[in-house]
Amino acid sequence: MTRPHTAWDTPAADTEGTTPARTSPAALHDHLRAHLDGAARAWLDQALDEAAAHPGIRGPISVWELRLAEAGRRCGPEHADAARVLILHTARAGTDAVTRVYYQGTAAERRSVLHALPHLVDGPGALPLVEDALRTNDTSVVAAAVGPYAARHLSPHLWRHAVLKCLFTGVPVAEVADLERRAHADAELARMLADYAAERTAAGRPVPEDLYRVLTLCDPTATPPARTAEHGTRGTDGKES
Amino acid sequence: MRIFDPHIHMTSRTTDDYEAMHAAGVRALVEPAFWLGQPRTSPASFFDYFDSLLGWEPFRAAQYGIAHHCTIALNPKEANDPRCAPVLDELPRYLVKDQVVAVGEIGYDSMTPAEDTALAAQLQLAADHELPALVHTPHRDKLAGLRRTLDVVRESALPPGRVLVDHLNETTVKEAKDSGCWLGFSVYPDTKMDEERMVAILRAHGPEQVLVNSAADWGRSDPLKTRRVGELMLAEGFTEDEVDRVLWRNPVAFYGLSGRLNLALAATEATHEGNSILRGGA
Repeated sequence: MTRPHTAWDTPAADTEGTTPARTSPAALHDHLRAHLDGAARAWLDQALDEAAAHPGIRGPISVWELRLAEAGRRCGPEHADAARVLILHTARAGTDAVTRVYYQGTAAERRSVLHALPHLVDGPGALPLVEDALRTNDTSVVAAAVGPYAARHLSPHLWRHAVLKCLFTGVPVAEVADLERRAHADAELARMLADYAAERTAAGRPVPEDLYRVLTLCDPTATPPARTAEHGTRGTDGKES
Repeated sequence: MRIFDPHIHMTSRTTDDYEAMHAAGVRALVEPAFWLGQPRTSPASFFDYFDSLLGWEPFRAAQYGIAHHCTIALNPKEANDPRCAPVLDELPRYLVKDQVVAVGEIGYDSMTPAEDTALAAQLQLAADHELPALVHTPHRDKLAGLRRTLDVVRESALPPGRVLVDHLNETTVKEAKDSGCWLGFSVYPDTKMDEERMVAILRAHGPEQVLVNSAADWGRSDPLKTRRVGELMLAEGFTEDEVDRVLWRNPVAFYGLSGRLNLALAATEATHEGNSILRGGA
């Protein structure tokens, strides 16, 4: 699909961070080599060799997609995201491939696709995956959706709603890539945040601490809404229904 | 008391149930793919259901400190609907997923030729994917259904030690045990087994290869029946070790045959799962 390139559709300056989306594939590979045990390292080496040699589809499902599915039990859940991002990167998965893998994936696989997007897709063609992820209620998927790819390509309206959803569901705004640049001088986001704070206050509920942080980024001169005695780090229970 | 419910349909249950289950000691469960109250009419609605068993439901369970795995299959009742049968062709891409610990529920409902075909094909899929199989035994004509089930298992590539035959009772336990299969019992408020009869069966046949489940779903059922059985076992003189064997170690051993059981989950903060790699991931 094509979308107009506008002011927000520019490469993000922020390339350092804590997620596989903000870590270079080479650094991810070094990290895994240092931390995987022998059997898992051998499995990963073979999986990457296969992905490099046969990046396309062979038969009903390509070998690298099978490796993607089993990465959790081979590498351990704590290393699965990084291993999957590496496999996707090595297979040179394009927009069509990441779209197929996302829609046929478990929550963990979908997360890895979202993390891999900034390494794999230059244009906005994979935005439907980000938009799908932002409609989910699984906060781990939402957190993966607001990475550097979303920072580069998500429209202002959807990006503001993504930030608000993070506040609402308890995803730390530290997960939002390039937050400072995109929030800067965003009067509409500032209005939405103030309204949300007023709604929470009217209900006698705590305002998430992250809200004030984002509000300051939108408008450093703004007078923050009156703080109630109690402050929370998240909304009520992350429930959006 | 730590409890592993080896058969419960959490899709049909509320978060109150998750909370009560955790309070009762449930720390792990397996949710088998099965029919719903309303019949499905197209493969796509199965795929959404399978995706939910691999996405949303484990997330819900994790919020209550419960490890969630699933079994995937085309159930026997809906295998009779030619609109749903194409689901069989798509199963391989699900059976490779990390959280899938068996093929199931398969088996018989009305014992039709279409059910014969689906059962045999899915036992082969289990063998191909190095997974055990969870086999439902029918509600109607149960003993004949069990015998026919065991015949098909014997003809399959899957050894009986990798098969769990479920919903057993007094009339079917002996033949099931003689077959070498694992033995599943569903404890319900009205039908199937109750706590007293379950304890009597454990006394008569021993705890070896026995799994007790609540099979709680959208019908009258109780997700705490596993706990009730454990309590009655203790009251009737079974040891804590025997209770642990039936309610934890046996299900871990059976589903562990998949090599995919991951019980590391404690009460981790769900919202932090998305950023594991360089933040305490090592």
